[in-house]
Amino acid sequence: MSDHRWAWMAEYETAEALVAAAQAAHDAGYRHAEAYAPYPVEGLAEAVGFEHSRIPALVLIGGIVGGAIGYLLQWYAAVHSYPEDIGGRPLHSWPMFIPVTFEMTVLVAALTAFLAVLLGNGLPRLAHPIFDAPDFDLASRNRFFLCLRTDDPAFDEAGAIALLEASAPLRVAEVAR
Amino acid sequence: MTAPARIRSQPPGGAAGPAPERPSAAPVLRPGWGYASVTDKIAGLVLSRPVRWPWLTAFLATLAGTLVYLGAISYLFVKGIGIWGVNIPVAWGLAITNFVWWIGIGHAGTFISAILLLLRQKWRTSINRFAEAMTLFAAGMAGLFPILHLGRPWFAYWLMPYPDRMDLWPQWRSPLVWDVFAISTYLIVSALFWYLGLLPDLATMRDRARSRAKRVTYGLLALGWRGEARHWKRHETGYLLLAGLATPLVVSVHSVVAMDFAIGNTPGYHSTIFPPYFVAGALFSGFAMVLTLAIPLRRAFDLQDFITEVHLDHAAKVLLATGSLLAYGYLMENFMAFFGGDRYEISMTLDRLTGFYAPVYWTMIVLNVLAPQVLWWRAARRNALLLFALSIVINVGMWMERFMIVVQSTSHDFMPSAWGLFVPTRWDWIILFGSISMFAWLFLLFIRLLPTISISEMRELVKEESQ
Repeated sequence: MSDHRWAWMAEYETAEALVAAAQAAHDAGYRHAEAYAPYPVEGLAEAVGFEHSRIPALVLIGGIVGGAIGYLLQWYAAVHSYPEDIGGRPLHSWPMFIPVTFEMTVLVAALTAFLAVLLGNGLPRLAHPIFDAPDFDLASRNRFFLCLRTDDPAFDEAGAIALLEASAPLRVAEVAR
Repeated sequence: MTAPARIRSQPPGGAAGPAPERPSAAPVLRPGWGYASVTDKIAGLVLSRPVRWPWLTAFLATLAGTLVYLGAISYLFVKGIGIWGVNIPVAWGLAITNFVWWIGIGHAGTFISAILLLLRQKWRTSINRFAEAMTLFAAGMAGLFPILHLGRPWFAYWLMPYPDRMDLWPQWRSPLVWDVFAISTYLIVSALFWYLGLLPDLATMRDRARSRAKRVTYGLLALGWRGEARHWKRHETGYLLLAGLATPLVVSVHSVVAMDFAIGNTPGYHSTIFPPYFVAGALFSGFAMVLTLAIPLRRAFDLQDFITEVHLDHAAKVLLATGSLLAYGYLMENFMAFFGGDRYEISMTLDRLTGFYAPVYWTMIVLNVLAPQVLWWRAARRNALLLFALSIVINVGMWMERFMIVVQSTSHDFMPSAWGLFVPTRWDWIILFGSISMFAWLFLLFIRLLPTISISEMRELVKEESQ
């Protein structure tokens, strides 16, 4: 029945209304409800059940890997591959290896952070059902949207519509697949 | 588009309404703006504002300058660096002066975006986007100069470590190699930071654009951003982490540049104060350039409500603080020369104060140390015209400082028989002004093609200000 439909969507005028509706949906058992806002609304991610992201841990790992690559590269080049005696200084002159190690740490950590945001968000994804929803171009202006997806285990048509209607939306509409 | 009612150039404590008790607590966004009007205003600057003659004139003039620059670079590649005034003892001439100057200017953008973000300074919101663009373009200009300066620029890639058939590696103990890593990391991280912040705004542009070509272009660049709650959360986390990473990076880049000099034993280079002194100078010149760009921009694009007197005031205070650090650096350099008692340092310092390049030194003191003292007065800090003039003065002064350090030090080293002067040739000047033209040209393109102020952050600011 709901094959042609991706979700039911409600449109709100304020961030507060969206957060309240998202919380209500979460309380009703929806785990894949999607909330759209023109700026990062405080508490909205928590209201739709987003616990924590793994980005900080990934960035830490990226930084450590980058630093290790930077240091080992210099160590291998200066000690093994191309040893050069400069005024009797030690080949493994680690204090002089710090700047490049630092730069490599930052570089790989930053690349990790950037890619983690994009890939974690499933971007790039140029086509999405929500883009065809009525008024959705205002999601990047001044309107707030909540979507109850039909593939959500808790989804039932009448219940979803009732829930959205109860949250004082500007309108409720269906989103085609 | 409905323009909200707004009050322009209201003097602090003026006739309209009760006088604010603390004028410094003035808003960073003038009242009357909402999500929709902020979005339409900033997006409209790109999408619906017609091209007018001042922009077009500037665009064509800087385009001509850019072409001259590219021509001069081609001529340089054909003839070699003999067309410049460099020789022994002054082997580092204007190319390195320009490099240090540009990379210094490129510091303010990341400082504003990253450090002020971590410090939760709301006033950064309306100036971070174009300051980051300025950083990217300035760092790009800077990155070009060491390559132009190479005798054989086609071997520039030898600076990167890679397993080659000559079995050679870069010399890791050399700050010049650190520089390669520092500058390229800085360029890449600044670009990532800028683009990540731009993503939601590119989506806004896609949604606002009327023509299909624009929708497709902005749509492709926005990568399908749709503003879902989880996406925003990851975006916020990632952006904050990038800011945290960029913060030590900003400080490291100019420190490494300073070590290019400090590790050499030439009198005038060999000094432990160089890294912090260079970083202070970098922020000083960077904030000056931010004002040079912001003041005409806010006037041309009617952005006085977003870039208010508060922003000018804060930027001027940063100028005052970093300028004072710099003045301390100048003082200490001279003091340490005499206090240290090294005869070569003393001789170099006396030459700096009284020799051939003394006019440059004293002009620099006037421009960088004396002129900014007007900023102790609030009226001066809030006077856009005066600040604009002062920012140009500081840009010139900072260029002179770089010139002083790079050129004068090497012209007067240990042996009197080795002393020699450097006078820039016509090609030196053409390449300097060419790079300024290209920088301005890129910036002019940027303000017509991308939102100059972060729209999503302004919406957030609207929300915060309303609470």
